[in-house]
Amino acid sequence: MNVISLGVVDLSLAAFLLLLLAFCSLKIGLGIEKRIIFSGLRMTAQLLLVGLVLKALFASGSFPLVFCMSLVMLLVAGYEVSARQKRKLRGRSGYLISTGSMFISSFSVAFLALTLMVNVSPWYTPQYAIPLLGMLLGNTMNGVALASDRLTTDIYNQRGMVEQRLLLGQSWQEASGDIRRDCMRTGMIPIVNSMAAAGVVSLPGMMTGQILGGSSPIDAVKYQILIMFLIAAGTGFGVIAAIWLISRRLFDDRERLVVENLTKANKH
Amino acid sequence: MEKIVSRLSIRNIKFLENGPYSMELFTGECCGLNGVSGVGKSQFLRAIADVIAHGGECMLEGVSSLQFTPQKWRSVVALIPAESFWWFDGVGPHFATVALDDLYLRDLLSRLGFGPDVMDWQISRLSTGERQRLSLVRTLIRQPQVLLLDEPTSGLDQKMAAVVEEIVTELCIQKTCSCLWVSHDQEQLKRIATRCFTLERTEILEMML
Repeated sequence: MNVISLGVVDLSLAAFLLLLLAFCSLKIGLGIEKRIIFSGLRMTAQLLLVGLVLKALFASGSFPLVFCMSLVMLLVAGYEVSARQKRKLRGRSGYLISTGSMFISSFSVAFLALTLMVNVSPWYTPQYAIPLLGMLLGNTMNGVALASDRLTTDIYNQRGMVEQRLLLGQSWQEASGDIRRDCMRTGMIPIVNSMAAAGVVSLPGMMTGQILGGSSPIDAVKYQILIMFLIAAGTGFGVIAAIWLISRRLFDDRERLVVENLTKANKH
Repeated sequence: MEKIVSRLSIRNIKFLENGPYSMELFTGECCGLNGVSGVGKSQFLRAIADVIAHGGECMLEGVSSLQFTPQKWRSVVALIPAESFWWFDGVGPHFATVALDDLYLRDLLSRLGFGPDVMDWQISRLSTGERQRLSLVRTLIRQPQVLLLDEPTSGLDQKMAAVVEEIVTELCIQKTCSCLWVSHDQEQLKRIATRCFTLERTEILEMML
């Protein structure tokens, strides 16, 4: 079975639905019509561009190009995490921490999957490496962004409580333990929930794509299971690393809470 | 002649625009501290307890705070801030570090007007005064050697304020504790303090009671 190719008219019809939504937003006074349209346009441009890039990348299949592509994806993910924070760490460390924790978890999990499980040769074959890394990074990014935004906000709002616990002789780990655990849960819950709902409530995107593309459902399901495990593990480790590194930066060497290391709240 | 050991030496403490401040707090002494609002009294106490960055150093019996782990220092030199914070839902878990039938705990609670059932109370239903009294108990049962009190009776009626003054004075007389007591109430400072200091932006002055 060949995939039915989509034409401009088909896509325009789908885009019309989005315009309708923007119109509703205007009428009800939600005030997000500009954002809906801008995000729609941005998504279209990004995907068209990435389609062209992937076409060239698949044709060449060279390691340096695959490496550059994954680096760009990582840096953009790091930027996205920073952009979604209400309060950030001052200076560059916030960006370095989120990028670093995503790098450690996503890249190592992707490498492991390519070499041990998928067993594709060479391991950096872009048809496998790029989509796999993309899905890992996308989910890890969501988890890390959610968790670190909550951490900085909670620590700032509950600074009196944290300091009270320090005053009662607790270590910084104890004093911030409840908050840190809550934030890690916040970062991991979405992926855990989506594992629970997978196949029953929702058909995961990748599997749907493979089935539409003509793979047998059984093959598609096996890949989806693999991906789900990888995503859950990658997100979890990324979130743990990010929370640990950020909270470490919020206390100094004498275990004092330094909320001065956080920027002022920016409005979303 | 008996040698007077200095319990807490505060040497050239500086923070933000404040200081340097130096003073000695002798064993068993209760020193009063006042100063205009916003001059930095609370920050001064927080610097001594080492929860804010500061210059200079504090020494306990001649040993610098840097020789202690931060946890140990804050357990020995305990600050009770003006506003207390609680993180569990109930009162009891905050006192889990001691046995709930501990005699000292029982005694403190009953003197401050609480029965043993206070441990089952909900934090959200405590009044300001109840929080303030429980916060004092929570720190005292940890048996600190130096107490830093930031307006500890601000939310209490006269009767309870007198009990708090009595408890702290006893600890000082028994020489189990030395105390630095921030208050705006001159009369109170006269009752409890052996010496009294005024904090200004750049210096700390001893004044006549």
